[in-house]
Amino acid sequence: MALDNRTVLARLQAALPDAILSSSEFRGDLSVYVRPERIVDVARFLRDDPELRYNFLENLCGVDYLGREPRFEVVYHLLSFANRHRLCLKVGVSERDPSVPSLTELWPGANYHERETFDMFGITFTGHPCLDRILMPEEWEGHPLRKDVPLGAEEVAFTFNQDRIYAHKPFAKE
Amino acid sequence: MTVTETRARNLSIPAPSQITRPALEGAKETMVLNMGPHHPSTHGVLRLVVELDGETVVDTAPDIGYLHTGIEKTMESKTYQKAVVLTDRTDYLAPLSNNLSYVLAVEKLLGCEIPERATVARVLLVELQRIASHLVWLGTHALDLAAMSVFLYGFREREQILDIFELVSGARMMTSYFRVGGLAYDLPAEFDAAVEAFLQIMPGRIDEYEALLTDNPLWIERTQGIGAIDSDAAIALGLTGPGLRATGVAWDLRKTMPYCGYETYSFAIPTATHGDIYDRYLVRMAEMRESVSICRQALQRLRDIGPGPYMTPDRKIAPPPKSEITHSMEALIHHFKLWTEGFKPPRGDALAAVESPRGELATYIVSDGSAKPYRVHFRAPSFVNLQSLPHMARGHLVADLVALIASLDPVLGEVDR
Repeated sequence: MALDNRTVLARLQAALPDAILSSSEFRGDLSVYVRPERIVDVARFLRDDPELRYNFLENLCGVDYLGREPRFEVVYHLLSFANRHRLCLKVGVSERDPSVPSLTELWPGANYHERETFDMFGITFTGHPCLDRILMPEEWEGHPLRKDVPLGAEEVAFTFNQDRIYAHKPFAKE
Repeated sequence: MTVTETRARNLSIPAPSQITRPALEGAKETMVLNMGPHHPSTHGVLRLVVELDGETVVDTAPDIGYLHTGIEKTMESKTYQKAVVLTDRTDYLAPLSNNLSYVLAVEKLLGCEIPERATVARVLLVELQRIASHLVWLGTHALDLAAMSVFLYGFREREQILDIFELVSGARMMTSYFRVGGLAYDLPAEFDAAVEAFLQIMPGRIDEYEALLTDNPLWIERTQGIGAIDSDAAIALGLTGPGLRATGVAWDLRKTMPYCGYETYSFAIPTATHGDIYDRYLVRMAEMRESVSICRQALQRLRDIGPGPYMTPDRKIAPPPKSEITHSMEALIHHFKLWTEGFKPPRGDALAAVESPRGELATYIVSDGSAKPYRVHFRAPSFVNLQSLPHMARGHLVADLVALIASLDPVLGEVDR
């Protein structure tokens, strides 16, 4: 059964009208903006609805829109194997309280995605079993994919300049 | 609760600290062992924190990030066309699949059509790439289980594919051959004969590998019934690719959400039922045969299409040929604009997913209307597939971990990006 964007949106709006903020379509892909506190309800409905059946969490990532309010956006892509349809959910996250409910209860596979988003953007996912850094070293300060983090460079230590570099680089000595 | 019951339920994916912290506090009777990152069978720099009860794995926590190079961040400072070279460096065993996912996403943003010759060439090369990648998986997987000869045979055929890549792009591994709007150069004249020669020998060679392994009692002993996962758990954990298909779910993006005209090729999606290491092996072997068949169909199409354009005629995206620049002011302006600024896709975001050798590889790009991507994110199959390792490993022997990692076929460049 082929599913079109309008049917999906209508069904979602009928079931959870207060959770949906707005929606947009670009190049045939539907994006739905969801209230952050309702993301788990929306995802659970989409997963368990007998017609929509978005059974697969395809992707989860963050985007930093510096200078905009809310500053961050968490983007979820859901796939329905039965309907062969993709749906994008977006959640705005403010800089003051960057937290979103975790989806690990619905899909254990959200675990790494959420850890990565936390690591890269500093967005916390409430209810996540262990929100550690995943790619960056534990001692790292800041969140590298934020737009206010400059694209830096790592100085390479040679014998002629290693004393100067080691003096200001905390973990180069070991 | 028996070991199998616990295994069936426990879908948790521990972080390393969840194992090491209780162990350091002395709260557990079990032993914690460190495996990797410098371990020959971890396929790169994967580190596993393994909690053991005797020789049985109680829990495993993959520790990743050793190869993190900030590719997603770097791409934000490159123009769209220049960022193609960075995609090669993620999954270095399947650079063309990465190229494809990225250029499809940018082309979706731009809404640009590409010539059919370029699309068919992309399909042909990506399928060759799938065979090459599966050959590395097969060779290293067998090597991890102490079967040396398969590795040597597999790499012999892989060389032949890399030679074809060198022929078309000049590079054996970091090809960057697909560009936004088409291909970097036209296919060379020798291409047809080289691919034909390869397709002639390959089915026989796959038979050879299968003769070495499929009925080999040692191979069966080490792989059958080990690391099994059912389809519900696989979907919940986000497993895609051969791992998912080995559980019986016929989900292959080439068939289910076709791109590049895959719906016009005739091929099957190999599946299996048990979801163990042996079934993943069978699925990948069958996939190689299907890929050979797709290559053959694509090669025939290339012959039918004949010589023609390999880049989109849209001068706002693709630079004009050199001959035009010498006598057309318009062409010179386009050339100048493209190489000083680059093209500017409209505001919006797009996700393009392809079936890479390892599973679903999706590129998500946000455009702010400038010549550089505002945000690029890769849904890397190796990264997501690694999440099912703890579930698969629970209750098995520590020696099986080696076979398990190999059967997931992670490429750490892609895991860490």
